[in-house]
Amino acid sequence: MSETATVSRPAAEATEPRRRGQVWRRLRRNRAALAALGVIALLVLFALAAPLLAGLEGQDPTTFHNDLVDSATGGVPFGSFGGAGAHHWLGVEPGNGRDVFARLAYGARVSLAVAVGATVVQIALGTLIGLAAGLGNRLADTVLSRAMDLVIAFPELVFAIALMAIVPDGFPRPVLLALVIGVLGWGSPARVVRAQVLSLRGLDYVSAARLGGSGRWRIARREILPGLAGPVITFALLRLPVNVASEAGLSFLGVGVRPPTPSWGQMLSTATTWYEVDPAYVLLPAGLLFVTVLAFTVFGDGLRTALDPRAASRLRVGTRRRAKD
Amino acid sequence: MTERLLVDVRDLRVSFPVGIGTAGTGTVTAVDGLSFGLRAGESLALVGESGSGKSTAAFALLGMHRGTGAEVSGTVRVAGTDLATATDAELRRLRGNRIAMVFQDPLSALDPYWSVGAQIAEVHRVHTGASRRASRARAVEVLDRVGIPDAARRAGAHPHEFSGGMRQRALIAMALACEPEVLVADEPTTALDVTVQAQILDLLHDLRQQTGMALLLVTHDLGVVAGATDRVMVMQDGRAVEHGSVQSVLRAPERPYTRALIEAVPRLEARRSAPPVSEEVLLRVEDLHRHFPAPRAAASAAASLSGPGQAPGSGEPSGEAEETGAPAGRPAAPSGGLGRLLGRRPRHRAVDGVTLEVRRGETLGIVGESGSGKTTLGRMMVRLTEPTSGRILLDGRDIAAAGERELRPVRRDLQMVFQDPVSSLNPRRSIGDSIAEPLLAGGTGGAAARSEVQGLLERVGLPAAWYDRYPHEFSGGQRQRVGIARALAVRPRLIVCDEPVSALDVSTQAQVVQLLGELQQEFGLALVFIAHDLAVVRQVSDRVAVMRRGRVVEQGDADTVYDSPQHPYTRRLLAAVPVLDPDEAAVRRRARAALRALDRSEGGEEAQAVA
Repeated sequence: MSETATVSRPAAEATEPRRRGQVWRRLRRNRAALAALGVIALLVLFALAAPLLAGLEGQDPTTFHNDLVDSATGGVPFGSFGGAGAHHWLGVEPGNGRDVFARLAYGARVSLAVAVGATVVQIALGTLIGLAAGLGNRLADTVLSRAMDLVIAFPELVFAIALMAIVPDGFPRPVLLALVIGVLGWGSPARVVRAQVLSLRGLDYVSAARLGGSGRWRIARREILPGLAGPVITFALLRLPVNVASEAGLSFLGVGVRPPTPSWGQMLSTATTWYEVDPAYVLLPAGLLFVTVLAFTVFGDGLRTALDPRAASRLRVGTRRRAKD
Repeated sequence: MTERLLVDVRDLRVSFPVGIGTAGTGTVTAVDGLSFGLRAGESLALVGESGSGKSTAAFALLGMHRGTGAEVSGTVRVAGTDLATATDAELRRLRGNRIAMVFQDPLSALDPYWSVGAQIAEVHRVHTGASRRASRARAVEVLDRVGIPDAARRAGAHPHEFSGGMRQRALIAMALACEPEVLVADEPTTALDVTVQAQILDLLHDLRQQTGMALLLVTHDLGVVAGATDRVMVMQDGRAVEHGSVQSVLRAPERPYTRALIEAVPRLEARRSAPPVSEEVLLRVEDLHRHFPAPRAAASAAASLSGPGQAPGSGEPSGEAEETGAPAGRPAAPSGGLGRLLGRRPRHRAVDGVTLEVRRGETLGIVGESGSGKTTLGRMMVRLTEPTSGRILLDGRDIAAAGERELRPVRRDLQMVFQDPVSSLNPRRSIGDSIAEPLLAGGTGGAAARSEVQGLLERVGLPAAWYDRYPHEFSGGQRQRVGIARALAVRPRLIVCDEPVSALDVSTQAQVVQLLGELQQEFGLALVFIAHDLAVVRQVSDRVAVMRRGRVVEQGDADTVYDSPQHPYTRRLLAAVPVLDPDEAAVRRRARAALRALDRSEGGEEAQAVA
């Protein structure tokens, strides 16, 4: 710790970068989290470079290749592993013969963007509303808590279908998807945040801040929010794969992204009718989805640990707790 | 060796691996070459500060380090069984049967789902293979033995329906279920009030005399030792620094460490040598009330307790029977009456009409047992808790009903130091930031706040360079210093200290108490010192208020209250304070037994009067 260096600098500037540096240093020691971060980076790169990669392969995601599928069997690709080869690296789609690699790469864009967008919306709304419920007066808490119940109990799918159907076609579908999934899914993060706020609010250090003359918002920002980071980040990273699946479900039902725009969920949904004759077509999007979920989960866990200064030293200073008065 | 040793520990070493995973590996030696023996009927106390390895050593007697990654070497023999070579089955037969343990926290050591009787019966049945009925009967028998009134009925109660003292009794009953030859008690009274502590220690003493079992008492409190055991072993950093009879060690300690420990124990006789304080009243509370809605369970428990449980001669001293499981208190609305019919819940009067004043620059001590309302009172004085009714006058201005905005200007005058060194500091902010927070909130610039905080850190005895460290890097005593620095940052006129030293080791306690005294002089602070430890309160206080069930039963000059207590409750509290002199402890034990007998007959009379 470079105490001598920081002591001379003013507090506000000195502590922030130092803190961030610490988080990164702790994260760097966690190999699993680093590996997961690498995988996430690769996935993002994969999505961003989709046109480039498809161009490298010499294919695009929308061209039909009827000559590569066996019309006698209803469209099973010729060749092993879904017709994988030098021209189509991961084979072609059963039925109409579109290139799987290109569709996976383009699909990654939609899937990741929608899932990330939806998660951001959910967490932002959830944190705000949960914070307001946890810190507000009794009336605010009651009203907001019932609103959470409502959102959680709501038949999400039905509402999503209805929403997706009434919005005019001109609205960009991925943005719409992210908004709809996000607006319908803030209930549980809000509950998690509210519960955490309630437990933090009762702690002595919050009382101490009140005695020190800190106002409500200052307390929320300085004392409560940092304590929420752990649970919220973990929640967000676990929520992300769920949102990938939500997108898939809606796309499968025909209210998500419109074909021919590819998405993993859409591919997975169509693959369900082909898994017996063309297992490769199921395994590829499913495998990618699995890797995505795992990577985000492992990274989320690592980040949560790194954000917590107590976990850093793994040293528990033992002070006996007595029964409180 | 003339007589067979029940417990024979030789050159015991226990070390734990630390820094698993990221931080590099190493080992910490918790117990380092410890040897002792215990014969039937003997008692030994292991005394030391936190981290001295006393609990680790006690755990080794039950083979509880097996499979934990701890490295154990040396020999531990209990009732002829070598714990190092015993099979798991042998170990299970030994535990609970021939050697039993009583844990520190009686709440977490009991399963909330099962009735107390069932848990005790379970232990008995596992070891003896007795029938359910027989085990059940045995459970009632041992509960009766440890002084649970109406044991047959109370055996069906769940742990939450018991008070802390009764839970600890139940744990002791569980340990007794199979008539063990050795009883290991790990800080059995640390979580308990002083009067309950005295009862539990007396119980352990009586049981040892009656059953002839050996007792190993693990404690950090030398005061507990004097009355409870024959021999004492003082531990420091995993080693025994002194070992001998209680008389010789406590009266004529040979090692400086032992001497320091003994000197650090706060004494009831130690009065405060204070300069005369001003008569000017800083804060005055008048007829202050704070009521909470009583939980339903507590209300019904209170109702049931006033029933047959209080039968004359039931053997339970009234002092403990009063504090039932949950904070029962006194229901304000008569239960079962019209109020209840209308759905009005009975209310628990945490603070019930308190009037007292704090003068400029003085220390007011507030003593009382758990649930007496002293913390609620303290929190109301600094307006963290809103009073139900009453007045709080600061410089003659009533702030009892002031809103948060009106309170702004007076917030800085009234500060608090909290009991729990763990939850009183934000784990995610450096301690410097935590101390600086009130300054920054008040508009002081970052650089100015930082240098001010560094000065404060040095004033409370911490290096200024520790500004950027996080709370988990500090010991309990250091955290308490940080808490004091934070309270001082805004230059308050009154600091309410809520059990500021009760979570600390004795030697650390003494340092923190001394620091508070110095700061008081230096800054002309008024202190309200809330504690359950009567000796500590006497040490620091000019005046004392004794609280019981939300009311102040006695208040006055510290010397007057301690030297000639008027209220019977004060007298009982004072009689329960552990003393360092073993002979004096024995005298007091007898006095307590007499007092209890008196209580019983009084309780009987009261019950008859009610009937």
